[in-house]
Amino acid sequence: MKPVIFVLAYLILAPFVGALLDGIDRIVSARMQRRKGPSLMQPFYDLGKLFSKEMIAVNNVQLLLNLSYLVILMIAGSMLFAGADLLMVLFILSTADMFLIMAASSDSSPFANMGASREMLQMMAYEPLTLLVAVGFYLTTGSFQVSDFLTRDYSAVIWMPGLLFGFMFTTAIKFRKSPFDLSTSHHAHQEMVKGITTEMSGTTLAIMNIAEYYEMILLLGIFFLFFVNSTWWSWIVAFVVCALIFFMETLWDNVSARVKWKTLLYSCWVVTLVAGGVNILILMLIK
Amino acid sequence: MTMIPFLIGIPAVFALIFPFVRDQKARGVIVYTGAGVIMLTTVVFTARWIADGSQVMMLYPETETVDHLMSVGDIALMCLIIYMGAKYRRIVPILLSVAQTALLLYTEFTTEVAAGPHMVVDWFTILMFIIIAFIGGFICIYTVGYMKGYHSHHKDVQDRQPFFFSMLFLFLAAMFGLVLSQNMIWMYFFWEITSVISFLMIGYTRSEEAVNNSFCALWMNLLGGLGFAVAIAWMAKVSGTVQLQDVVSAGAMLPLMCLALAGLTKSAQLPFSTWLLGAMVAPTPSSALLHSATMVKAGVYLLLRISPAFSGNLVGIIVSSIGGFTFIMASMMAIAQNDGKKVLAFSTISNLGLIVGCAGIGAEETVWAAVFLMIFHSVSKSMLFQSVGATENTLGSRDIEDMHGLIIRVPKLAYIMGIGIAGMYLAPFGMLISKWVALKAFVDSGNFVLVLCIAYGSASTMFYWTKWLAKLLCYHIPRETVKDVTRKDEYVSMIFHAATMLLLCLLLPLVAVWVVNPIVQELFGNAKDVISMSVLTTMAIMLVSIFIVPAAMFFISRRSHRELVPIYMNGINEGDNRFFTNSFGEKEHLYLSNWYLRFEFGRRHLRIPSLIIAAAALVLGFCIVIGGAV
Amino acid sequence: MNKVSKSPWLLHYDASSCNGCDIEVLDCLTPKYDIERFGIINTGDPFQADILLITGGVNSQTESVVKQLYSQMPDPKVVVAVGICACTGGVFKECYNIKGGIDTVIPVDVYVPGCAARPESIIDGVVRALKVLDEKQAAMKKDGR
Repeated sequence: MKPVIFVLAYLILAPFVGALLDGIDRIVSARMQRRKGPSLMQPFYDLGKLFSKEMIAVNNVQLLLNLSYLVILMIAGSMLFAGADLLMVLFILSTADMFLIMAASSDSSPFANMGASREMLQMMAYEPLTLLVAVGFYLTTGSFQVSDFLTRDYSAVIWMPGLLFGFMFTTAIKFRKSPFDLSTSHHAHQEMVKGITTEMSGTTLAIMNIAEYYEMILLLGIFFLFFVNSTWWSWIVAFVVCALIFFMETLWDNVSARVKWKTLLYSCWVVTLVAGGVNILILMLIK
Repeated sequence: MTMIPFLIGIPAVFALIFPFVRDQKARGVIVYTGAGVIMLTTVVFTARWIADGSQVMMLYPETETVDHLMSVGDIALMCLIIYMGAKYRRIVPILLSVAQTALLLYTEFTTEVAAGPHMVVDWFTILMFIIIAFIGGFICIYTVGYMKGYHSHHKDVQDRQPFFFSMLFLFLAAMFGLVLSQNMIWMYFFWEITSVISFLMIGYTRSEEAVNNSFCALWMNLLGGLGFAVAIAWMAKVSGTVQLQDVVSAGAMLPLMCLALAGLTKSAQLPFSTWLLGAMVAPTPSSALLHSATMVKAGVYLLLRISPAFSGNLVGIIVSSIGGFTFIMASMMAIAQNDGKKVLAFSTISNLGLIVGCAGIGAEETVWAAVFLMIFHSVSKSMLFQSVGATENTLGSRDIEDMHGLIIRVPKLAYIMGIGIAGMYLAPFGMLISKWVALKAFVDSGNFVLVLCIAYGSASTMFYWTKWLAKLLCYHIPRETVKDVTRKDEYVSMIFHAATMLLLCLLLPLVAVWVVNPIVQELFGNAKDVISMSVLTTMAIMLVSIFIVPAAMFFISRRSHRELVPIYMNGINEGDNRFFTNSFGEKEHLYLSNWYLRFEFGRRHLRIPSLIIAAAALVLGFCIVIGGAV
Repeated sequence: MNKVSKSPWLLHYDASSCNGCDIEVLDCLTPKYDIERFGIINTGDPFQADILLITGGVNSQTESVVKQLYSQMPDPKVVVAVGICACTGGVFKECYNIKGGIDTVIPVDVYVPGCAARPESIIDGVVRALKVLDEKQAAMKKDGR
């Protein structure tokens, strides 16, 4: 019964929570820049507007691929919240991303294609660490099942601080935050228009945004797993820490400038090796 | 089991027919018949074996005449190599060939070895049979159509099709023999045949490049053959037996290391990967045959057979490290390639690296993953080679850049290629489940380096496949229309492969229970459930959803009204989306290229270091083993 | 809730401006003026824009570009001509290569004169454009599109 509730809650609430978080993020960012910023509900207004616009498209498949991206992301998230296999969740997450890349490159548009290429590069940059995170959970708890993580007496983060750091580092890619927002960005100034979303308009873009909200909650869910254990108060701690991590991502977004792709790839791989690899090595030796 | 001689004999007999058939039509008919008969005999044989209770069968304890015939065969092969070496002035293959044949004959005639069965039939053999017969058979069928197209494109190449078909069928015969053999001397004989035939097939065009590459393949495979011969000699002298299973049970390090060398060369692991890349000069069917179903699988087959002996010793560590290292380096080098066949070659090497890495650990789980990888790799790689070959005949190029918008130009080929690519790396297709198990197994066996290899390697694998897939699916009005010249028999083969691929993914749980588990059981004596049924079932359900979701979305999205507008090119598009206005106010063609990261992942940067590291590991292994063994 | 005026995204195009007005447009994004207060985002992408903000008069090179960008924006959409050149052609009006104001090529909804237009007047013009945007959306709904 519990998994069903979780999954339903995820499917229904994730876009709302994600949009709210986006709104908070925009306000916090604005305050960091000594601006007032938009209203909290701005992401909802944006979505509403996008759905009400005229449907224009550059080809007939983009909408379908974007919808597939959304649905497969929802499946991946549901599996996480149902307590299924973490490794499988991550694999399906990257399959979902594939559909986004296909959607962007389906139109032979120079900007969208560049964005798609960069998105692939970003995937290549963060993929090793996500796999290592799953391995870390497996070594710590003896299982890949998310539901098993929740029943331990200790929080996983005790055994995998390096992986947590690495995951925070690479998640900036997934949140599309500076300095790793190469393929597309929430910010106005982009060297290649809107990158991967250049050819998306109205409903298509709205679907993409909703999918991003689902993904955001999914990632925060993984952060959550680092801290949660069998005690009830660990859930509160995990919530607070997740909020803190989200704030730190926003902070990082505001204090750093976009990097070149080489810096992105090499820094992510080095962090994966140093923070993730060493953590895994220690886990393997003492577990 | 009276059928066994037929299994090897039928393709061999067909191979003998081709030189006398000059008529193209008749030859086609014979190939169809041959492939059909091979598949039929395999099915009947498998069915009867299963009906008999699917017991492990040891056969032919007394085979004096055949032994002598094989010795004659070994000498004949040596003579052929000497002749070819002398003709093209290559000394290394001659030396290697003479050395190993002499060593083998000396051992055979001076050492008494315990009698034992010469052939074995078990689940692993049966699996290899099916792979060889069906994938190999369909490749033969594909070849009929392909070679017609090939020779109409390449007028400069002498038409030696009878020879080519002979070699194809002979190769299948040798592979059947190889997977059946339990006696190492027999296995060695078939092993040498595959080396020589691959050499002949790579040199098909007789261009300078082809000759060079074929000799490269020859000497590397002969080096492996030498390792094989040393292993046989050692086992015969020290243990007095030449049974493959005794190598496993004895667990002596030197023969293991030598057999590992043989397996590594055959499966084109670093530092021997050069031959496989060079082999791409051959016509595509031989690439498909050599690099998907047969040749390279022979190496992996040998390693998997002896993998229980690798568990936890030095040889196992060396083999698995080389495998893991090959996996990551080859996948990185594949990023910088724009030639379709080169990408496939690197991906073959890289996937074989993963299989070898699994075999080197030698635990139930890893072997389970390795067998799975082998099945899926055979099917999807053979399919990819065929579709690239067909695309090359149609477009006149196998450059991935030229496949831009293939989905519009030649949709059928694009779909087949797409399924093949998806099968190679996407969740929830089969390859991924094997990677999943391999990762888990590596963690369980505490092999930190391999865990890192698989984490990084799968990331770079994803990159090069994704960009290819994206290239195929680009919507782009073609510059000129192309006519799909792919013939029916080529499509028959490719569609068969695509259907097999999808079925395999759907029936994943059944394949695991019926085929893969028994193999692990036979190799290790016990089999645990490597992956829970629920996970496998989830995978199958996921697969369905991967198809259903876009299909459903297709219908949903079709209902919406849409106005098509030109793509965004800073407002300077001209006409359709193919041109833009340049700074001189003139019309300029839009050209989109993939991203190859040549300066970072190019072969010229990574090749030499990776060769040196892998060679050093191998030499180090030999030094320690020889130092410790003597 | 889905009033388009709550989240107007704008596309800024320089048809032939001297960059005076363009600097002022960018000024609007700075903390002092902060047009994000109104939910306005300066996107570079016509597919995602609701307001086309053009500076400078149209010349023979930019004419086709302006037309194409306008055609790539989904309805409802409005055009704001910023600066006197965009409104009428300004001092360049009689030049051999100048076609005139933006309205010689595409329909303009709001004119913001000035040389250069002040940020306050640009914001004012955009806010006036929002009303037009809402009207257009209502008209669109009425047409049942």
